Amino acid sequence: MLGVILVILIVPLAVAVVSFLVPARLAAVITIASGVACFGLVLALIPDATRGAATYLSYLRADALSCVFLLATAFLYAAVGVYAAGYLKGRTDRYARRFYLGFNVFAWAMLAAPLMSSLALLWIAIEVTTVVSALLVAIADTDGAAEASWKYVLIASAGLGLALLATIFAYYAGAQVLGAHSNLAIQPLISVGSRLPKTPVRLAFLLAVLGYGTKVGLVPVHTWLPDAHSEAPTPVSALLSGALLATSFYAILRFYQVAAATLGSGFPRGTLLVFGIASLLLASLYVFGQRDVKRLLAYSSVEHMGILSVGVAFGAPVALAGVLLHVVAHAAAKGNAFMGAGVFTVKYGTKQMPAMRDGLRLLPWSGPLFLLAVFALSALPPSGIFRSEFEIVAGGLGSGDYAAAAVLVVLVTIAFFGLATSTTSVLLAPVPAAKAPAETGTAEQIPVEIAAIGTGAAGGAHRNGGAPAARGTVAMEARARASGVLAPGEPSAWMVVPVLAGLAVLVLLGVHPPGELTNLITQAAAQLRGAP
Amino acid sequence: MNAALLALGGTPPLPSPGQAPGVYQGAADVIAALMLLLEFGMLRQALVRDQVRLYAAQSAMISVLAVVIAADRNLPDLYALAALSAALKVFAVPLVLRRLLGPPAVEETRGVAGSYTLSPASAVLASIVLAAFGFFCFGSLGIHSAEVPALALSIAGAMVFVAFALMIVRRDVASQAIGFFSLENAISLASLVLAAELPLLLETAFLFDLLLAVVVFGMLIRAHHSRADSLSTADLTRLRG
Repeated sequence: MLGVILVILIVPLAVAVVSFLVPARLAAVITIASGVACFGLVLALIPDATRGAATYLSYLRADALSCVFLLATAFLYAAVGVYAAGYLKGRTDRYARRFYLGFNVFAWAMLAAPLMSSLALLWIAIEVTTVVSALLVAIADTDGAAEASWKYVLIASAGLGLALLATIFAYYAGAQVLGAHSNLAIQPLISVGSRLPKTPVRLAFLLAVLGYGTKVGLVPVHTWLPDAHSEAPTPVSALLSGALLATSFYAILRFYQVAAATLGSGFPRGTLLVFGIASLLLASLYVFGQRDVKRLLAYSSVEHMGILSVGVAFGAPVALAGVLLHVVAHAAAKGNAFMGAGVFTVKYGTKQMPAMRDGLRLLPWSGPLFLLAVFALSALPPSGIFRSEFEIVAGGLGSGDYAAAAVLVVLVTIAFFGLATSTTSVLLAPVPAAKAPAETGTAEQIPVEIAAIGTGAAGGAHRNGGAPAARGTVAMEARARASGVLAPGEPSAWMVVPVLAGLAVLVLLGVHPPGELTNLITQAAAQLRGAP
Repeated sequence: MNAALLALGGTPPLPSPGQAPGVYQGAADVIAALMLLLEFGMLRQALVRDQVRLYAAQSAMISVLAVVIAADRNLPDLYALAALSAALKVFAVPLVLRRLLGPPAVEETRGVAGSYTLSPASAVLASIVLAAFGFFCFGSLGIHSAEVPALALSIAGAMVFVAFALMIVRRDVASQAIGFFSLENAISLASLVLAAELPLLLETAFLFDLLLAVVVFGMLIRAHHSRADSLSTADLTRLRG
């Protein structure tokens, strides 16, 4: 297992460095290879992780809980790596190489975080995800991206400052029992949990929920999320929503384990319930009236992180299993949704849903797939999210949390209506008879891949107001859009294939999750309940 | 005697009432108080350049405290940490920030000088309230021993709140960045008070992580300036709802 872990840690980082030095096409190939390889390696890790945790080289650790989050991240890394090959068509070589450098480092940091055995190293890994992803959000070089990246880096870094304070208090608590040279290893802290002083552990957990909760997107520290997820390039948005939020939630779960061992599960569960319900409430209301398709999906992510928090708050074994299944299923569904949104953005030249019409006809593959992704996010069967949310609600009812379970169901239903009303108009409403050329708003709202086609520098054309020369399929779309006529057809097959893979995963998780995955999730849920 | 007790693995007793605190406790409390004062100074300064100087001074206080702790508790790793911290936070970070700001005369034209959301007096008053809240919150935790000066920990809590206030009341990216860096100083103070014996490897990793954050902040500040020809955040209002 050590060899597998080391390869998972080394390959994306090596690929990041190489991808900056080679032509963009080669960078795309090695990124896809890295993503697929990492996914395969994580699958290979599952049997050993299910049998029991193992620590290597003092600072690396893999157990069932970390493997669940690795699975979600690795799957998205592979899928979005393929998607990015099509998304970046027409981009300059320089832009693409910078993108792949950041993309691979981002994926590396998210894969590294669950493999850290220490709360301190976990914090460092998540801090690295923040700084790298902030640059990726800004890479589009639009006014919106600049604003979103500044808000993101400031708010998320401040949140991680609180998370560092939480780590310090956890160290202080651990040092009272384990000695001053404790290295904040997670398992020893859990093992001696009943002997840790309660006050610093309580404070550490609160600060961790507030601090890491900023990265998770829990209300009220979520304000950066809709901006960053909507303004980032679509592959980055997919990773932010599908993988980064979950990785940050993983950090909260580690503090949860320590807090539950010290304080009992009542206090940590109550804390998570408050944040979860608040997140669900705000997100379910804010999905109504959204005009930006990616902003809509960003609020959906806030909703789903609220569901995770509420699920953990229920505490029942089936609810915890549902939470962990939800992590994987949400990664697939949200990745699909963002990838679909990215196709729409390229096709229509805007993220504004009022300007998108007749999607099912104009995008014969991406249209239906996007609809299915939205249905999956709304927990319609037979998607894995239906199964996971069913388990969470069942767990809530089983543990006597009737009110919270009822609130969860009501708010999820409200969110479904919000998602459905927005997306059905995009997909089903016909193009008006006398349609003017597609409204694209200000230059800053046009995706840079449209504005920068054929130019020498990404962003330079639209900032200077120049009209770029055009080539390739995406360019033809731009010309068609300019003339007010859109022809049916997909921008790129690379942007469809990973969505099909995500759909297959969702159906598999919903209809018949593999036995090994079920065992992994069962073992991870047992860990959350206090088993070693 | 405290050193002997520590060497034997014992815990030095708390000073009894009326007894003067030891060197470590006294130094930690004084340095923490000075750091809080410097934080209020940063809040009050109109020019970012002056804020940077105060930040450098505050960071120097952290290094001094690390040396005091190292001497008092015989922790040689802390000398290395003090040197690293000084190199990064007293010299490198202020240098990066001064380069981003450019010549002093330009600062006023970049929408930076005096860019408050509240008036300076109101900002200070609000921060005093927040500082008091933070001070008493941390003080009420009851975490104290001869190794954990309660006053210094409470002041660290106050500094956290004032740092957030600095990020909120200033309307320019440079001041907001300095607010974040001073938040890191507050956490460093708490770390020295609570976790002085954290393995050096982890402390160093934290410092280099901060360096990475500084670089990214610098890049984004530069990107913001190149787009808006200003450091003001007043125009960052397109993304709402």
